[in-house]
Amino acid sequence: MARSKQPSVQAGRRSVLLAASAAAALPLARPAIAQERKLVVGVVLPLSGTFADQGRNNEEGIKTFQKIHGTKVGNVTVETVMRDDQGPGSGDLSRRLTQELIQRSRAEIILGYSFTPNALSAASLLTEAKKPGIIINAATSIITERSPYFARVSMTLPQLASSLGQWAARNGIKTVFTIVSDYGPGLDAETWFTKAFEAGGGKVVGGARTPVAAMDYSPFLQRAIEAKPEAVFGFNPGGDVSVAFMKQTKERGLSQAGIKLLVTGDVVDDNLIPAMGDALDGVISALHYQVELDNPANRRFLAGFREVAGANATPSYRTVQAYDGMALIYHALQATGGKTDADSIMNAIKGARIDSPRGPFTIDPATRDIVQNIYIRRGQQKDGRWANIAFETIEGVKDPAK
Amino acid sequence: MRLIRIGAGLPLLLAAVASFFLFPEYLSLLNTLFILAIFALAYDLLQGHAGVVSLGHAVFFGMGAYTAAVLAAHGVTEPVVGLLAALLLSGLLALLLTRIVVVGNDLTRLLVTLGIGFLMLEAANQARWLTGGADGMSDFTMGPVLGLFRFDFAGETAFWYSLAALVLVYAFLWRLTTSPFGLALRGIRENVRRMPAIGAPVRRHLATAYTISGGIAGLAGALLAQTSNFASLDMLGFERSAEVMMMATLGGTGSIPGVVLGAVGFSYLKDALSAMSPKYWHLGIGLVLMLSVFVLRGGIAGGVSALLRRLRGRG
Repeated sequence: MARSKQPSVQAGRRSVLLAASAAAALPLARPAIAQERKLVVGVVLPLSGTFADQGRNNEEGIKTFQKIHGTKVGNVTVETVMRDDQGPGSGDLSRRLTQELIQRSRAEIILGYSFTPNALSAASLLTEAKKPGIIINAATSIITERSPYFARVSMTLPQLASSLGQWAARNGIKTVFTIVSDYGPGLDAETWFTKAFEAGGGKVVGGARTPVAAMDYSPFLQRAIEAKPEAVFGFNPGGDVSVAFMKQTKERGLSQAGIKLLVTGDVVDDNLIPAMGDALDGVISALHYQVELDNPANRRFLAGFREVAGANATPSYRTVQAYDGMALIYHALQATGGKTDADSIMNAIKGARIDSPRGPFTIDPATRDIVQNIYIRRGQQKDGRWANIAFETIEGVKDPAK
Repeated sequence: MRLIRIGAGLPLLLAAVASFFLFPEYLSLLNTLFILAIFALAYDLLQGHAGVVSLGHAVFFGMGAYTAAVLAAHGVTEPVVGLLAALLLSGLLALLLTRIVVVGNDLTRLLVTLGIGFLMLEAANQARWLTGGADGMSDFTMGPVLGLFRFDFAGETAFWYSLAALVLVYAFLWRLTTSPFGLALRGIRENVRRMPAIGAPVRRHLATAYTISGGIAGLAGALLAQTSNFASLDMLGFERSAEVMMMATLGGTGSIPGVVLGAVGFSYLKDALSAMSPKYWHLGIGLVLMLSVFVLRGGIAGGVSALLRRLRGRG
């Protein structure tokens, strides 16, 4: 629109008048400024049911971002439309919601996907519709390979598990017993921890796979204690399940038996700490974000987050992932000068470098997956509260599975 | 009475066809509504006609979905072939399960079908090499229907494909339930002890009904897997089993057009409410279900026939 007017300015007075009257006839067009426009970001998240808290964490991240950075990038106003995909396994629903967001709500970018199946099922649709899909949670390695329009700002489970495996081997731990939840991500965690740990000279002496929603871990912990390893590696799907797991490691006396506990950091998510209490004592974990990180982006994020969610709220790493999803979209819009076609956006996303609350990260141009710092943390008390305190940073970790 | 019920199919079909032109942006939603209507019809053959309740009917739905998905993943990409295979395999599974389902009373049946549901869910979860486990299956591509119509982004092909299946299922079940066999099923529903006395083979009738019902439920599952390019544990989970019971009850169990309306109405309501309030829409669903029990005795079909009776009484 704005561009088509330029030649007419040179063409003569008459066409100028024509253009001016045409512009006046359009109620919203302002010839002096580049045309205002709206970009709809469709959001697909679990907002009801068992996993609603994950969706809420993500949603707060999106809100926090727009609270701090506004809703406008240049002359593009970014608007979000949220839909509820009700949790894992409803891939047919998440695919349909994606389609409806694109067709009915005119979404040009889709943000979300908390669970692997829900992202996978939307892959071919996004490819066909040529719309970028920004994954802000689902962590199975393979997802980004399923569509050239996928990019991920969360993490992959192999990133965490293999960083932890390397660290354990480097720090003199010789034998480990693994306890993982019996489903895709759990098996991923087991595989990649074992691979990295044994490559570093360690040995996995045994393992247990627990039902995904198990709340009783005592038999598995008993087996672990009897196997007499130097450490136990644990993974489970977060939330109440992980709180139960952590408390029972304490009750069964893992540390009294002289066994260290290693977990992927999502198990001891910052916003679960109040429920875990001193079960966190001495637990080693690997994650890409913790509240205690000291950098300008995190200070800004925390201030904004507390305005959105309340002064005493603690963000989850998922909050940051959603925040960064929005950051990536804003970054792309700036880089394209407001162009919103999928290929321009994807080109801007590939190789993007963002200063995130979690520290700097980049999007690998080849895989469109995130390359980020992984922090090795220890559970300890700080100012009278339990926290995950980072004591080692592994910089620029790529997804080892690709 | 009979004339009215025959007549209800035609306006429903006309409404479905009209919706294609009136709501071109809602085709993928309409597609799922048709599929759920088929599933509800399959279930209601048991609950509404034979009086046999089940809390595990999604097992057959999921069986059909996985059949279609696994076939497509192994190179059989013609949708109609997948559909027929799903119909046969789910029907076969139902036939195998009849022995333990048909014996006993309603309460034991609820428990047994519930148990079968959990068993199948865990079996599908463990058979990761075949089903993809908790990640589901999405790594397959469907071919064009009959080699002609490709599944498109807007869902036009899916719309007609599922509608065609719904029309066939509707007509078949209509014919079946008005046949002597259908009458026998109703006899079993009304008084299972008396039926043997008039020489009706109750077990065989129930087994037949269960097999047909399972097969059609599998067909619905296959349609969903094919048109959404996805199959997962969710499709054979308890929630889907419970939902189909709600849809049949809301529509008016025992009435074919009623069940179609119930399935379509319930699923549309779910979608509309969840779009309106992605967080609190369950509240709305709960209220509607409760109201429907108190206000619409006998579901939508019951409400309509009460209305018709009243009108006729005045005329």
